[in-house]
Order: sequence, then C-alpha cells, then structure tokens
Amino acid sequence: MDRTQFLIGLSVALFCLGLVGVIVRRNALVLLMCMELMVNAAVLALVTFAARGNDAAGAAYVFLIFVVAAAEIAIAIPIVLLLSRQRRTLDVGAYTGLGG
Amino acid sequence: MTETVLLYLFSAGALGGALAMLIARHPMRVALGLIGTMLSLASLYALLGVHVIAVFQVLIYVGAVMVFMVFVIMLLDTRDPSFVARYSRLLLPGLVSGALLAATLAALLVRTGIRGPRVPGSADFHLQPFSAAFLDRYWLHFELTSVLLVIVVVAAIAVVKGRGGRDG
Repeated sequence: MDRTQFLIGLSVALFCLGLVGVIVRRNALVLLMCMELMVNAAVLALVTFAARGNDAAGAAYVFLIFVVAAAEIAIAIPIVLLLSRQRRTLDVGAYTGLGG
Repeated sequence: MTETVLLYLFSAGALGGALAMLIARHPMRVALGLIGTMLSLASLYALLGVHVIAVFQVLIYVGAVMVFMVFVIMLLDTRDPSFVARYSRLLLPGLVSGALLAATLAALLVRTGIRGPRVPGSADFHLQPFSAAFLDRYWLHFELTSVLLVIVVVAAIAVVKGRGGRDG
C-alpha cells in the first residue's frame, strides 16, 4: 500500500476513535483528551499531504494549529475546573443546566 | 525496509494508544494513552522527514498541553460517577456512528486514492530552510500567534475570575 494512503487511513482511524470517545465517555477531562486526539488525527492528514510538496507552508500552518490547540486547552481547562467546582462532579451527564 | 517496519510499528503504537484512551477507566491512564499516541505520531512525522513538526509535536503537545492536562487530572482526582461507569447511555449509538464514519471515509479513500506525483526531496522541512521561510514569508502568522496567546491568557483569567470572583 502507498505510504501516503496508509497514513491518511491511520488519520481516519484516529479521528473516528476520538469521535467515538467524545460520544461515549462520561468524564469531562477524557472528553477534552479525545478532542485532542481528533485534532492530532487532522494534523497527521495535513502533515502527510504537506510532506508531498516542497513548500514550508504546510509546516507553518501546522505550527499555527499547534498554537491554536494549546490555546483551546488553556481555555477549556479553566471551564472544566469551574464546572467541576460548581457541580462537584466531572460527569458530563450532570451538566444539564446548559440545556436551558 | 527498516523504515517500513518503523512506520507500521509507530502506526500500531498510535492506534493502540487511541484504543487505550477509549477503554481505560482512570483519566490518568487516558492521558498516558494520548501521550503514547502523540509520541508515535511525532515518530511518524520524523519518518516522513518533517523533523520540525516532530519537534513541535513533542515540545508543544507532549511537553506543554499534556503536562498541563496531567496537572489538572491530579488536581481534580475526585471519585465521582464518571469513574465508576465509564460510558454514557450513548455507547451503542456512538460506536455505530463511529464505525459508519470510518467505513465511509475508508471507502472514499480506497475508491479515490491519492493522486498526483510526490515532489521529491522536501528540503524546506529541515530546520534551517524552514526557519528562514517561516520568519521571512510567514512572519505575520508568527506575530499573530503571539497576539492569540495574549488573548488566551486574558480570556483564561476572565473565565476564572469573572464568575468565580462574584460567587466568592
């Protein structure tokens, strides 16, 4: 099998595993980590395609994605901390107040 | 030959870490699975010849994001219902939808394939040419990331202080 195709297949598998994790797990921190897994899968696809070319644009965008992902975690963790302080649990099933 | 073996080995490592994330009960084990996946992906990037991104992956993801995550897991280690029962009611629909999405994307990948010739020798990904291109052509993006980081610091303080300050 072609190496590019294999890596894109791996990226698809990782993305789907992350999606399943976001849907089925209950712990808020585990949900965040599964989202990180999905971002990583997308980055793998981007890097695989970028490595086929001869341009630094792909690498520059991957750097931007890393910074945005770090920013996302830096915002998401205080939100989880506040939620767990308010509801005394990390179970996302208990956060029903967000449903309106 | 060695490269192919390493490619399959690190791919298996990445998949194993991701599966461990779905199965493990304690968030710390989930974090270790994710760290394993990220390190395997960094090795794959190095195998692809994009060493700069492999270094970014280890430094930013494993070194900063996951260490932050591990600190928070240690901070919030409470025995709550999400520890006893790992999965929500959506276990079956989640598995089915994930399998459907995977099957669709895999079918698409097999049917269309990846066409187009590969440009040989991605020399720009070595550190010196990449740094020159990054700070020459993409300096605006680089500066924008610093603005973004400042915004994030302010927003994180606002999230924590905004409500928490009034609530006492």
